[in-house]
Amino acid sequence: MKIVNITKDNFNNYLYSGILLIFISILDVFLNSFFSINTTSFLPDFLSFVLPLIVGFIGLYFIRVEHSGIKNLDIINKNINTNNFNAVLTLLIIFVIIKSLPPFLSWFIIDANIAGDSKESCTGTGACWTYIKIWLRRFIYGMYPNAEQWRINLSFISLTALGLVGFFATEKYKKYLTLYYVVIYPFISFLFIYFFISGGRIFFDFSYGIIAAAVSIILGFFIPNKFKLYYFLIVPITLYILLKYVFFFEEYIELGMIEGLVWVETGAWGGLSLTFIISFFCLIFCFPIGMALALGRRSDFPLIRYICIGFIEFWRGVPLITVLFMSSVMFPMFLPQDVYVDKLVRCIIAISLFEAAYVAEVIRGGLQALPRGQYDAAKSLGMGYWKMHIFVILPQALKLVIPGIANTFLALVKDTPLIFVVGLLEIVGMLNLAKTNPEWLGFAMEGYVFAAIIFWIICYAMSKYSYNLEIKYKTER
Amino acid sequence: MSDPIIQIKDVNKWFGEFQVLKNINLEVEKNKKIVVCGPSGSGKSTLIRCINRLEEHQEGQIVVDGNELSENTKNIEQIRAEVGMVFQQFNLFPHLSILDNCTLAPIWVKQMPKKDAEELAMQHLEKVQISDQAFKYPGQLSGGQQQRCAIARALCMEPKIMLFDEPTSALDPEMIKEVLDAMVNLAKAGMTMIVVTHEMGFAKEVADEVIFMDEGMIVERAETKEFFANPKSDRTKLFLSQIL
Repeated sequence: MKIVNITKDNFNNYLYSGILLIFISILDVFLNSFFSINTTSFLPDFLSFVLPLIVGFIGLYFIRVEHSGIKNLDIINKNINTNNFNAVLTLLIIFVIIKSLPPFLSWFIIDANIAGDSKESCTGTGACWTYIKIWLRRFIYGMYPNAEQWRINLSFISLTALGLVGFFATEKYKKYLTLYYVVIYPFISFLFIYFFISGGRIFFDFSYGIIAAAVSIILGFFIPNKFKLYYFLIVPITLYILLKYVFFFEEYIELGMIEGLVWVETGAWGGLSLTFIISFFCLIFCFPIGMALALGRRSDFPLIRYICIGFIEFWRGVPLITVLFMSSVMFPMFLPQDVYVDKLVRCIIAISLFEAAYVAEVIRGGLQALPRGQYDAAKSLGMGYWKMHIFVILPQALKLVIPGIANTFLALVKDTPLIFVVGLLEIVGMLNLAKTNPEWLGFAMEGYVFAAIIFWIICYAMSKYSYNLEIKYKTER
Repeated sequence: MSDPIIQIKDVNKWFGEFQVLKNINLEVEKNKKIVVCGPSGSGKSTLIRCINRLEEHQEGQIVVDGNELSENTKNIEQIRAEVGMVFQQFNLFPHLSILDNCTLAPIWVKQMPKKDAEELAMQHLEKVQISDQAFKYPGQLSGGQQQRCAIARALCMEPKIMLFDEPTSALDPEMIKEVLDAMVNLAKAGMTMIVVTHEMGFAKEVADEVIFMDEGMIVERAETKEFFANPKSDRTKLFLSQIL
């Protein structure tokens, strides 16, 4: 039985009164929440509390007309007002948002302080953004010397610019993009970080080795195409190593030494820039390693298969914090006395291997999902193992696992704070350091909110990008 | 009479305990068209999958164009490149356009320059009448068009032998004809073909010989006319009476 009978004729009356009722209910909650005015205080407590809900509910009931012909009304009815239960849910969500806005806003903006440059200027009851403002430099650059921070800025700006090349590449150069992003770009990034952010002396190698290698490369262009690849892979490097390390030691090496930029040890790096450096290199390394492991786990050779399974299960079985700890404490013990591997490099290797195990399992999921017919078809066209995987299987499998890979990568970025166990302080590490500074005690909340916002921006950008990739590579209808 | 291009001798194959192929003996001469028919589960698909070694046989000998297929075969990819195959489920590569599907193997397996490969692919796509769809993706095509593209893809490798594994079984009745037409044209051009199919009309039209298989054995092998006019074994008669 219907309590109210909405017909074509009285439809407008109901519509206006419904909108009015909804407006009254929202206004009531709004006044209550923002200005602490209780317009219905003459009523019993409970009734006064639920009255906006009842009023709003009646209002929503009035406007619930199927196919009213008014576009916006239809959208509202279809999405948030389909039945009584949904109407109540809608109202509750609106009320909760209105109720929670004032304290939120007052903490974030209205009662917050950003002026001044010491703790004393934070007089309000809200957040003390002064703290973030003063420490921002440290949060971004860590302990990197102030005078040298332009090096980080310059590196990051140039690398971002180089990373955007892909968007501007014309059709003619599109086919080289993969090579660029997989090999050249990481190499350039490494050079930037090695020579610019790290700094220190630069050697130009003038030994016989490099001369021989250069000559052999030039000679290589006259070699028949058939052997060219093997020649370039083997000869220059072998010549270089032989001549430099076996026959002539570093004879002329002093010639090419230049005092470079001031050397900044990796222990002093930190903050957001370190987060970026670690995430970037770990992402780059863990992906191909994971891919190789995924293929290896499905290999026909038992030895390779068991090594891969063992590797994956080992890394998946230990917590990352242990791995990092091991990398800093245990790993140097296995190295010869005079070999020193930088702390940051050890960290990057450890995290890469750790995440590679996860990536491997994600990719294996994609490989498993491909129908056997794809393998059959590729084989029947005469493709061998590698050609089949490179051109047919992996492109499809990787496309399938974009969400899973994105998941793993997001987890990786958010795992980077764990490097504090080896004494490297990225953004969260710097926060922890700053909050224990005696002059700035008691601002942990602001710091963590700040870090949360930064991480959210990074992760949201990554997840958006992965959605775009999914759409871009979608060739099924 | 030319030499047989495919020789199968005493081939036995098991899936676990179950014997799928029992003592198969078969010789196929060049330019012959052979139709293999029989009830499902009789091992016809397995047999032709053995010919390009998508399945491995455990006993016996399979020789394709002078190369014996065994565990030690080093140039299996080369042999497969000379044996084209068309599958029941098309198995086109969904991430590549129709043209790329056709040029992928010629470019990367036969090291053909891209331009030549594309020209060749367009020729073959023309032959199966889907050259206007060349830049679409397999998912945008109908089943019949996809299967014709699969035929073109196999032809782009310029194989000596073509194997068809129930090419029309997954198609709507309306689309069967367009695929069969493409196959008939191919047969008329003189390709060596082994076709597993239930399309007896096609068998009557182009096949030189028909092989009837049941329970992993070749029950009957006869010239096409002979096969349909007076089949010898009772099993064949039963099968024909049900299918025709």
